[in-house]
Amino acid sequence: MTGAPLLHVEHLTMRFGGLVAVDNLSFEAREAAITAVIGPNGAGKTTVFNCLTGFYPPTVGRLTLTRGGEAGFQLERMEGHRIAREAGIARTFQNIRLFPQMSVLENLMVAQHAELMRASVFSVAGLLGLPGYRAAARGAIDRARLWLDRIGLTERADDDAGNLPYGDQRRLEIARAMCARPALLCLDEPAAGLNARETAGLNALLLEIRETERIGILLIEHDMSVVMGISDHIVVLDYGRKIAEGKPAAMRDNPDVIRAYLGQEHGEAPPC
Amino acid sequence: MEYFLQQLINGLTLGAIYGLIAIGYTMVYGIVGMINFAHGEIYMIGAFIAVIAFAILGPLGGGGVVVALLVVLLVSMLLTAVYGWTLERLAYRPLRGSPRLAALISAIGMSIFLQNYVQLAQGARTKAMQPVITGGIEVMKGETFTVTLSYVQIMIMVLTLALMAGFWTVIARTPLGRAQRACEQDRAMAALLGVDVDRTISLTFVIGAALAAVAGTMVVLYYGVIDFFIGFLAGIKAFTAAVLGGIGSIPGAMLGGLLIGLIEAFWSGYFSIEYKDVAAFSILVLVLIFRPSGLLGRPEVEKV
Repeated sequence: MTGAPLLHVEHLTMRFGGLVAVDNLSFEAREAAITAVIGPNGAGKTTVFNCLTGFYPPTVGRLTLTRGGEAGFQLERMEGHRIAREAGIARTFQNIRLFPQMSVLENLMVAQHAELMRASVFSVAGLLGLPGYRAAARGAIDRARLWLDRIGLTERADDDAGNLPYGDQRRLEIARAMCARPALLCLDEPAAGLNARETAGLNALLLEIRETERIGILLIEHDMSVVMGISDHIVVLDYGRKIAEGKPAAMRDNPDVIRAYLGQEHGEAPPC
Repeated sequence: MEYFLQQLINGLTLGAIYGLIAIGYTMVYGIVGMINFAHGEIYMIGAFIAVIAFAILGPLGGGGVVVALLVVLLVSMLLTAVYGWTLERLAYRPLRGSPRLAALISAIGMSIFLQNYVQLAQGARTKAMQPVITGGIEVMKGETFTVTLSYVQIMIMVLTLALMAGFWTVIARTPLGRAQRACEQDRAMAALLGVDVDRTISLTFVIGAALAAVAGTMVVLYYGVIDFFIGFLAGIKAFTAAVLGGIGSIPGAMLGGLLIGLIEAFWSGYFSIEYKDVAAFSILVLVLIFRPSGLLGRPEVEKV
């Protein structure tokens, strides 16, 4: 079911002064697979995302993204916007970061900026309404429509994103990331603050993305109904180090994982 | 009544010029959150380039006034845009990510530098130019007073309107404008979606400088005299206009420009011409006290 290896993280270490946020972490994420990164608060999960998306240059380590047999991208050497545009990594945030004063549709259009900018030749063709640009703009709108349909927000396309209910904003952020045509989608706690019904909807959406788009999904999540329900592979972090990795069922019974979550040797399984 | 109408025409003309400069302030503030105090000098450089271009074109002759005007306008916009780009590249980009005060001080430094650079290169004396466009329309003839609308005034207003419309289309309809609005709201997020933030900011400075160059060229045609110091006062007034309209808001900048122009014209017409700057700047003080977010600005909500 899962595809070829997509992302290789090798010996990733991130130090902030004396604090070691991520310590010698290596793992792999595959195409058409959901890889969950879990661990207690402060385990360094978000720091891994920040290194992947170019927010921080890692202290040590190699981050390689390989799309369909092409030469790999060395993410640690690329600027943020090039990682998004060329390597094809899109992400969402724990605290939602939509453009609140732009419409829902425009949020999805910004994600396709690089293509449109190329087609519009620095806006010149866009202003003149040349056919090449028009075709590109129509394509971008079609793609945005497709994702609006999938997340069920077509009717609110012209509303300001900031006025949407919380759960819709979460889904819109995922749709926006998908409009950027990523090879790897990084989701930072997408289920935070969602109710049980919305969480079930999120699971369905992520599974649909995995099946239809065949891209890799990297997921940080505390909600075990999401993690255990949809992930193909789980990486468990504690204090910046990987303490276990494997299939969801194996992780559920792993004593190290239980200890990290509950702080004792023989406890119950992690909350799920 | 005739006198009032004349002041209205004068005020609108002046206001159009202020508005064009104010857009540069408000756009840059929107996207990088700093006041580009060297923007007045960019306008002054635009005016100088226009005078030089006229001086070169004059002896060449041929083509008529309209062609000459277009050429001068384009040359001035193009070269001034290069100044705007260079300014951002040298004085502001290296300071991005440092405290805002650093960029502000850098802007004041660039303002002083550019003034002195033009003073040295072009001399400190006032440059005067023969009027290129003369004549006008008599709008209304009173017993004592004739209201005239000169061709220059018509041109300034028409050109400003056209530029505004074009500029508005860029902001609202093109990918560049969308990227600019996205960068205004969340620069890091825009970068994560593949927007080249540095280039977007550069283009913002380029557009702002080109609009200021149009204002500079208009002033050359309207008043016919310039010196290296005109950027200071015009810059501060345009800044006042931007604050009055609500800094960060583009329609606000235009509205603020028109209001400041009208206030100045009516004040000079009915009260005293010596105190016209006092009137304009009193507005700045009043706005800052009573409506800090300006007429069309959104009140800033501090996020916790």
